[in-house]
Amino acid sequence: MPAPLPYEYKYLRSKKKFPHVWCPGCGIGIVMGSIIRAVDSLSWEKDNIVMVSGIGCTSRMPVYVDFNTIHTTHGRALAFGTGVKMANPSLNVMAVMGDGDSLAIGGNHIIHAARRNINITAVIVNNDNYGMTGGQFSPVTPEGARTATTPYGMIEPGFDVCNLMEGAGASFVARGTVYHIIELDKILIKAFRKKGFSVVEVLAPCPTNFGRANRLGGPVEMMKLLKENTINISQAKAMKPEDAHGKVVRGIFVDKVSIPYDKRYEKLCEKARNSAGASR
Amino acid sequence: MIVPWGETKLIQGNEAVALGAVAAGIEFFAGYPITPSTEIAELLAKYMPLLGTKWIQMEDEIASISALIGARLAGAKSMTATSGPGFSLMQEGLGYACMAEVPLVLVNVMRGGPSTGLPTQVAQGDVMQARWGTHGDHPVIAIAPSNVKECFEMTIRAFNFSEQFRTPVILLSDEIIGHMRERIAFPSEGDLHVEPKPIPDVPVEWYEPYHVTASNVSPMACIGSGYRFHVTGLTHDVHGFPTRKEKEVIEKMNRLKHKITRRLDELEDVRMHDVEENPITIFAYGSVYRSALAAQAMLKKRKKKVGVFRPVTIWPFPDRTVKEILDSKEVILVPELNQGQLIHEVERMTKDSVRVVPLHRIDGYEITPEEIVNAVLEVM
Ligand code: SF4
Repeated sequence: MPAPLPYEYKYLRSKKKFPHVWCPGCGIGIVMGSIIRAVDSLSWEKDNIVMVSGIGCTSRMPVYVDFNTIHTTHGRALAFGTGVKMANPSLNVMAVMGDGDSLAIGGNHIIHAARRNINITAVIVNNDNYGMTGGQFSPVTPEGARTATTPYGMIEPGFDVCNLMEGAGASFVARGTVYHIIELDKILIKAFRKKGFSVVEVLAPCPTNFGRANRLGGPVEMMKLLKENTINISQAKAMKPEDAHGKVVRGIFVDKVSIPYDKRYEKLCEKARNSAGASR
Repeated sequence: MIVPWGETKLIQGNEAVALGAVAAGIEFFAGYPITPSTEIAELLAKYMPLLGTKWIQMEDEIASISALIGARLAGAKSMTATSGPGFSLMQEGLGYACMAEVPLVLVNVMRGGPSTGLPTQVAQGDVMQARWGTHGDHPVIAIAPSNVKECFEMTIRAFNFSEQFRTPVILLSDEIIGHMRERIAFPSEGDLHVEPKPIPDVPVEWYEPYHVTASNVSPMACIGSGYRFHVTGLTHDVHGFPTRKEKEVIEKMNRLKHKITRRLDELEDVRMHDVEENPITIFAYGSVYRSALAAQAMLKKRKKKVGVFRPVTIWPFPDRTVKEILDSKEVILVPELNQGQLIHEVERMTKDSVRVVPLHRIDGYEITPEEIVNAVLEVM
């Protein structure tokens, strides 16, 4: 008798859609695994989960998971998701996007999704560049880095995704990596539970493009970099500023209570009906 | 009660569109403010919360049409309203809705272009953008109302077409019709046909979102109804998953085309006034059709007879009827509020011996009946 399949298979379109498109050593599959574990521990019904994505390597994820899946146009995952969530607020909506997708072409949509506090979880897989089109710079590519469109090095400063999202008003903001996977599972569970707009930035390697262009080594070396170059938020607090310098901080930066958009809209409808009734 | 069923009222064209949307059962509106369409969004912002339906002002037009697609996938009948510059931005989402076969209604209250152009003035400059604005081959349905009553009725028709053909439908209004006021008699509530959202009746495990049927349209399940499927703007197979297999790509593309071209009878709507018996025809649509009718009456008084031919459904263009009826004419005068757009379709469908004469107006004002009369007298 064949061994029973791991429970993750329940959430995958495993028979039809594999092998996947991602390169060996890519971080995106690890994020997908983490999302599946989080969903499973929340006991969400597959019928009630909607995964939207934009365009790019990360945005291919919806093909592989057995949810309601929408692979949208470049940058628009959150705009599509906003429509889905408003039409049916009982659905659990998540948007998976890459850094270029969510922050360059989709930059307008993500700040407004955060401001509006729409009850969606945005998972941003940050691998420092546009992977699918061959490794061009994105709004988070570090200064000095080489990419296909910065042959002499990146001269633009990058976004700090978590600061940006906090400033835009997100209810939950966190950063994890595909190396610190248990931590990431926990962060995702909290993000999915959050009522309001939640954002999880996940640092992940793109060995094929960013890694190669910057001589960062193969997948293993790039994973090691995630381990060495990042520190947990509590570690950071305990450290002297000079020791923490240059390290990227992981953890939950914002976790606040704020009424999500769908609830506000419900209240608005009540108000409208009451005032219409009163004026009659 | 928001729609004044059975009453006669003096209302604005844009207001009639908003009321038509309510009558058609709109459940989701997303839009971005733009002149001269804004009244539609403003009125729905008032009506929809009263009905418990969803209204949202998005951060731009791209977001608006994207939200519309998401909402319709989740089961809500959806509409947006915009004008030229916003229409340009919406082309991305329009193409997606064509490809993924998501019904929605897009109202374009046309104004002068290109670019910011003449924001408060009339034009018919988006006729070709409506047909070919988004990239790639794609099906298009566009209808052009000419008066306030039609704004109401044709908004409902646009919703109905979008559900019947599972595709976006463009209502091509213009600044004159959008802002004019006319008395209209509303029908009784039951008198209008409102197309229900088709839902699949096959077991979940048999469901193919792009199943090939005789009509080339298969019912779209709503997200959350238990039918889990994949939606993408990539060329896809019957299950909705991306494909590059030649046979499947060709099948998909042909089906998109044929769902319109093989059901032209259901879509065609032309109005003809004394066309058959007269050698001269004025071919006009939208607000210009009103001037054409007035010009026809003025000419009649001078004992000069001309016909008026109006396509209500602009896209697909009524090829067959134009060929059948107008190919034997001596002169076809085509007044348009642009530098010549739909005239090319008329030329395409008529033989060289037919003189197809343009009459343009591009300064943001209407084409008056007098101008049409003069143009007719010149060609007579
Ligand atoms: S190009 Fe980079 S991001 Fe894309 S699949 Fe390959 S490794 Fe992953």
